[in-house]
Amino acid sequence: MFQALANPQRFMDFSRWAAPLVGIIAAILIAIGLWLTFTVPEDYQQGDTVRMMFIHVPAAYMAMFCYACLGGASFMGLVFRHSLADAAGRACAPLGAGFTFLALVTGSLWGRPMWGTWWVWDARMTSVLVLFLLYIGYMALQAAIDDEVKAARAASILALVGLINLPIIKFSVDWWNTLHQPASVFRAGGPTMPPAYLWPLALMAIGYMALFGSLWMVRVRSEVWRKRANSLALQAAG
Amino acid sequence: MNGFWVMLRREMAMAWGRGGGPLLALTFFVATATLLPLAVGASPARLAAVAPGSAWLALALASLLSLERLFERDYEDGTLDLLALGPVPLEAVAFAKGLAQWLTNGAPLALAAPVVAVALGAELRLVPLIFVSALIGGLGLAFTGGIGAALSLGSKRGGVLIAVLVLPLFAPPVIFGAGAIEAFAGGLDWHPALGLLAAYGLAAAALGPFAMAAACRNALS
Repeated sequence: MFQALANPQRFMDFSRWAAPLVGIIAAILIAIGLWLTFTVPEDYQQGDTVRMMFIHVPAAYMAMFCYACLGGASFMGLVFRHSLADAAGRACAPLGAGFTFLALVTGSLWGRPMWGTWWVWDARMTSVLVLFLLYIGYMALQAAIDDEVKAARAASILALVGLINLPIIKFSVDWWNTLHQPASVFRAGGPTMPPAYLWPLALMAIGYMALFGSLWMVRVRSEVWRKRANSLALQAAG
Repeated sequence: MNGFWVMLRREMAMAWGRGGGPLLALTFFVATATLLPLAVGASPARLAAVAPGSAWLALALASLLSLERLFERDYEDGTLDLLALGPVPLEAVAFAKGLAQWLTNGAPLALAAPVVAVALGAELRLVPLIFVSALIGGLGLAFTGGIGAALSLGSKRGGVLIAVLVLPLFAPPVIFGAGAIEAFAGGLDWHPALGLLAAYGLAAAALGPFAMAAACRNALS
């Protein structure tokens, strides 16, 4: 499938109908997920704030998923030197940063009523914050180099360096957290989640994924168009 | 191999030769540490608690300073083009640069780290470990930082960009380095942290040159 879609023209033909279709699927899934989010019964411990989970958890999941996509696109761009892969990486980073930011903000808003504080330097939050900084670094590097091809390749190298480092950072932050033994702010969660909560969570997760897929295609399409417009402008200038 | 030693000697000479070299990083290190008591208060109890950690933080920041010139100077005057064409592979050149960065910047900073930490109120028995952890950690900081330096070649604002790229990657060495000292101070086993710090440094030294060389080739292409 990647082989076939690597051809920009074929990708444009495919995404012309795939991007809106996936977008509609995302809208339906998220609409149902949100409706369930606001109608599920309250949690016996967390009360109404449990509804934050359905917004927050899928965002945190997407934050990591997007980085995996970014790493994959960067790898393809570096190894096969394919312009569409470069465009895919460039298009992916702001989306990933957006999901990471959403995860951080909703986590903070959820933490306030639950733990009584906006922010805790706990292992997971710290590594998500570092992930956010990695996204920012990727975008900053891409923006700072004028030559587009060079910028894409430099950013791809950085994305791969980050991909190798992410497990190390995750491990080190976990290790640091056990060293510090913070006050246990987490309530012991129930061992299993009731199906009433599992359904909206699953719908929202798939909905976020579809949203990302649709937006990604739209952004890659606009990258391709931008490149075409640039080359047309150069031609016109003679 | 011969070419590698020539490169290393050249890098060392250039690091010491121009613009004060490590003295600048050392001054920055001390200046950063000076701001700490001014920011958190000079009460010895409070300072002593954060002294080793702050020394590590200042160390990480100070090791950023000379990164900007690591590849930039050779890139601007065309030396990097010649090096890319020369018999020594660019990966070996990058390794020599990283090693020189460690020896001329990391090592002096490691010597200064215990002094700064003690001045901030760290106990004297921590001094050997602070030195050793700063020295070992410097290896990881030099090679990770080198990647950022090579990547930002040809960009408009090198220095700040390198900091943004590299500081998130500094999280593991800072955690392990400061963690070893903290574990030792708390009477816990500090060997695992130091071992992990060494592992990070060696992995960075082994893999970093490939990323640096790829970034240099990209900038030169």
